[in-house]
Amino acid sequence: MLHPIVEAVGLRKRYGESEVVCGVDFAVGARECFGLLGPNGAGKTTTIRMITCFSPPSGGTLRVLGLPVSAANHRTIKAGLGLAPQEENLDPDLSVEKNLLVYGSYFGLGGGELRQRVADLLTFAQLTDRAGSRIDTLSGGMKRRLILARALINRPALLVLDEPTTGLDPQARHLVWDRLRELKRGGVAMLLTTHYMEEAAQLCDRLVIMDHGRIIAEGTPAALIERHVGREVVEVFAGGDADRRERIRALCASFGGRVESVGDAVVLYLDGAVDAGSALAALAGEEFVHRRATLEDVFLTLTGRELRE
Amino acid sequence: MGKDAVTTLGQGGMAPSPARQRVGFLYGSLRVWRRNMESWRKFYKSSLVGALGEPILSLLAIGYGLGKFVDLAGVSYAEFLAPGILASAAMNAASFEATYGSFTRMTEQKTYDAILATPIGIREIVAGDALWAASKATLSGTAVLLVAAAAGLVRSPWAAVLPAVALLVGLVFGAMGLVVSSRARAYDFFTYYFTLVITVMYLFAGVFFPLASLPGWAQAVAWAMPLTHAVAIVRACITGEIGPVALVHLGVLLAVLVLAYAAAVRWVGRRLVA
Repeated sequence: MLHPIVEAVGLRKRYGESEVVCGVDFAVGARECFGLLGPNGAGKTTTIRMITCFSPPSGGTLRVLGLPVSAANHRTIKAGLGLAPQEENLDPDLSVEKNLLVYGSYFGLGGGELRQRVADLLTFAQLTDRAGSRIDTLSGGMKRRLILARALINRPALLVLDEPTTGLDPQARHLVWDRLRELKRGGVAMLLTTHYMEEAAQLCDRLVIMDHGRIIAEGTPAALIERHVGREVVEVFAGGDADRRERIRALCASFGGRVESVGDAVVLYLDGAVDAGSALAALAGEEFVHRRATLEDVFLTLTGRELRE
Repeated sequence: MGKDAVTTLGQGGMAPSPARQRVGFLYGSLRVWRRNMESWRKFYKSSLVGALGEPILSLLAIGYGLGKFVDLAGVSYAEFLAPGILASAAMNAASFEATYGSFTRMTEQKTYDAILATPIGIREIVAGDALWAASKATLSGTAVLLVAAAAGLVRSPWAAVLPAVALLVGLVFGAMGLVVSSRARAYDFFTYYFTLVITVMYLFAGVFFPLASLPGWAQAVAWAMPLTHAVAIVRACITGEIGPVALVHLGVLLAVLVLAYAAAVRWVGRRLVA
């Protein structure tokens, strides 16, 4: 990749005895939306913290905006980054508009140029009519859009989004996605972490899946689905009957594809090894769903179904 | 608005967009100070009543009420008390702001985290917050000065430098408060600091009685407390009995300021960047 915006080689982070990022390699290119996926504790947020200069790496090399991430370069790197953090940290003592004006001043911006920028960003975030509102009167979706607007105040060369829609209802989430797609069209490079596979599939050009501090898969959403689970999936439900579930499982296994039991259901992945037509015919009497494979299937296949808490 | 207005990047792709103003130490610290000012403007009325009311009432009630029963060889008790009330008003205003106020910005509100994602760093955050605490100290100290002057308790034109002295005292206690905040796990921790440090200074730094009335060892302890030096400078400026020893007091305060600032930068940094 020519002149990547972020380039990590063998990147590590250790806290005392435990290593939470264990040597990861990836690069984010210009105009690219790059996803960082993984279960809780996979090391996503720590990786983001290293990229945004909040956490010095313990090993490996990390370059952001062409510069090594070292104390001497923090100021220059941060001047070119926009960060939308996972935790809401808007300034509760200031109005919506003041939040943007004051944040702009931290980047050395001011005067008419900053006021124009703030007006544009309020329009972009659909918050113009809330410019004078207190932060605690905003809905979750409005706060998220304001955080996004704030992250854009300095026209960043890289926008870092740490779980940008966690906790939002579907309407609010789709509005944030819409805004992010508009930024993508404008050529803003993005680094995104998310728990929502649909979000990653909608937005990311390329992504990595991390688990236990390591990258376990990398590619475009379509290629990852094709490679790890095939095009389609059949989920068969046993209706709470264990014997029936075993029978279904044996039947599915006979088709030659990969089979998985998930609670009451049996999941059959229709990859190249399976004759889909005869498999569906054989399951005709059962209660089942036949659907396209998704990134979520890839994620669960690679990281397992155990709870991560 | 066209989307271009929002999404256009600086040409050159890799280059971070050039900020208009170089964000250096002084600029960054003043931005942090200004942020606090913007937020204070909403609450300034209640804040002023608290910051100014208490020291002024103390000066009047204790100075003139209790003062009637105190004999200090030629000096009225109100006259003796005024410098100490001025210095301790500055201490209290800065200490409250740099503990409860700064701790809230560092933890609950995550204001420091938000600022740290910009070119402004830990040193500017600590300096800006200490300067903000010192600004409140200046306000309180100046209010006491005006009341003391109106009551005829000020004897020297040196009193004109007292707002600057209050600013220095505020920086010292602001930086000390930030050290305490950087080590605090919860708000309860400040109870220890106020009871064991701030109140002890308030009672034994020569605010209410001359240090000479203490035994020798207690005087030595008293001179180890920054407030004692602050009271001494303020007293010299109000009475006009100012001599070279004022430079020693000034030096002690500056030394405490430098040490506390360095410790606060180190520990706030350790807390937020890891």
